[in-house]
Amino acid sequence: MNPQIFEKLKILAEAAKYDISCSSSGASRPNTEKGIGSAAGWGICHSFTEDGRCVSLLKIMLTNHCIYDCGYCVNRRSNDIPRTTFSVSELVELTIEFYRRNYIEGLFLSSGVVRNADYTMERMVRVAKDLRTIHRYNGYIHLKSIPGVSRELVAEAGLYADRLSCNIELPSEQSLRLIAPDKDYQSVFRPMHYIQQGFLESKEEKKKFRHASHFAPAGQSTQMIIGVSPDDDNRILHLAYAMYQRPAMKRVYYSGYIHINTYDSRLPALSAPPLVRENRLYQADWLMRFYHFKVDEIVNETHPNLELEMDPKLSWALRNPHCFPVDVNTADYEMILRIPGVGVKSAQLIIASRKFGRLTSENLRKMGVVMKRAKYFITCHELPAYTIHEVSPERLRQLLTLSAKKKKDDKQLIIHF
Amino acid sequence: MLYYLYDGTFEGFLTAVFDVYYRKEIPGRIVTAETALPLFTDIHNVITAKDKAERVFQGLQKKISQSAIHMLYICYLSEIQDIERILLRYIQKALTSPVSIEINFADDDVLTLSKIYKKVLNERTHLVQFVRFQKTADGMYFALTDPVYNVLPLCADFFQDRYADQQWLIYDSRRNFGLYYDLTETEIVRFEHPPVDLKTGSIVREQQDDDEKAFQDLWKEYLQSITIQSRKNLRLQRQFMPQRFWKYLIEK
Repeated sequence: MNPQIFEKLKILAEAAKYDISCSSSGASRPNTEKGIGSAAGWGICHSFTEDGRCVSLLKIMLTNHCIYDCGYCVNRRSNDIPRTTFSVSELVELTIEFYRRNYIEGLFLSSGVVRNADYTMERMVRVAKDLRTIHRYNGYIHLKSIPGVSRELVAEAGLYADRLSCNIELPSEQSLRLIAPDKDYQSVFRPMHYIQQGFLESKEEKKKFRHASHFAPAGQSTQMIIGVSPDDDNRILHLAYAMYQRPAMKRVYYSGYIHINTYDSRLPALSAPPLVRENRLYQADWLMRFYHFKVDEIVNETHPNLELEMDPKLSWALRNPHCFPVDVNTADYEMILRIPGVGVKSAQLIIASRKFGRLTSENLRKMGVVMKRAKYFITCHELPAYTIHEVSPERLRQLLTLSAKKKKDDKQLIIHF
Repeated sequence: MLYYLYDGTFEGFLTAVFDVYYRKEIPGRIVTAETALPLFTDIHNVITAKDKAERVFQGLQKKISQSAIHMLYICYLSEIQDIERILLRYIQKALTSPVSIEINFADDDVLTLSKIYKKVLNERTHLVQFVRFQKTADGMYFALTDPVYNVLPLCADFFQDRYADQQWLIYDSRRNFGLYYDLTETEIVRFEHPPVDLKTGSIVREQQDDDEKAFQDLWKEYLQSITIQSRKNLRLQRQFMPQRFWKYLIEK
């Protein structure tokens, strides 16, 4: 084996590490005719790095040469870093060998832009094509689509890839113009639109012909960098919500900005990535996707940012005390989902088991409801408890944020007045 | 206390359930023959019989769904202590109740079993996640594993589908049996002395494929390079990748 591969892998993995997406879900493909690999439908994470992020796919760049000079990016033209390029066959071999050892679920290929978008994309598609056609590889492939790529190449990429993605990176066109002047929203949204069209067309075809070819069965995803531009959560979440309304969009990722290019004065000098804000955005994202929340309920003009001390669901509940307490024995599923401390699973358990008898708080606790929070928002088969109306929302806000804080340093003496 | 001794198979357990109804008695414990018994116990030896097990199975089919019966089997694979007693109580409740009890999670046994079911399936997922194959000199892919529950049989279909064009062997070092796929079908194998280092799970150097070491190093290097140091969070890593799996992981 070529000893250079070692060095290349190191450089190009480091170049790719700031891309958050690593999921391998959404496509289910059984192995065909004794080829190699399958896609499981749900994702499988094969390892976890020291930062706690999952490693499901071999996330790597084809090259880290780039003609662009985007402020937030580690591979920007003006950075003085070692640059290298994988050949198609090297990358294919690496993927297959890792895959056979059960290290990875598949390949996530991205690339810096060399010459122009189409030239770069063509080589990325070649990797996917070689894997699928020559090696009869059925594992997962996620291809990044390069901003400004042509419709034909997106169409070809969709034939071989499970998921295509195109990162917005910055949540408003203004910030994009300031920080990444080489790009514009058109060049990002157009490929997104091509992907969506291809996805819908192939769905239609599938209805008519059983053997119609797949087009990116796991849809598309995108990513926004958080904290690099002054855009508020209202803007970010409204943009995410609008994108989830599109049929092929499966995931929006939020990536806390890491201050790498310290010399660039256009960028905010953050000492640590905004991890808490990132986490709150993901929680809000989950509320939109799994908890039937509308984006306006989470953030709006009067409440433009998520609270950092508490999760957005609790925050919503405290702003809307008139919706509580909820009787778990009679309320409908949507309302039970909105109780702080109740998740999707416990909500389903509640709905299923209350047919057999009235539920008590002990039942709820055993089902996994976090009673510490939920007890202020529910009534169950017991005497009316101490709910949000008796405590008052302001006091409850103190109580619940205090108990979360207290956990952090229990060696510190605190005197309550 | 009355002890039922059975052979440790699921069929044997169902036969024991049959005997409970046939003999109109409730055993204090249902245990496998290897269990050490206290003095002064009444013992009934369950003789596994296919037709008896079949009758219990059919009785259950009338009362609960196919997926609930499958759940009972998965829970049985957990091999946790006295799982037989919980399963027996569940079956008794299922057979007496006029409606299916399978979604009544306010019932303790139903909830307990549903939790065990999740735990066992999680362990299966862990196994699928953290098995690491090493290529041997004769082109076979070998992996050692040590799951808490007996989940290797549940993984056979997955691996057979995914790695259909390579010979592989996954060996459970705790229960001393393995699954071997010879390009046509998967079968159970047992070794007196597995040819591996049980502490690290690695095969001896002479038996490794020439490139094996290189790919292991590449994988380790890759994981180092992909880490973002400013987001370091070891606790989160341990939470997702429990430490008990680390001994057979190449990267650890």
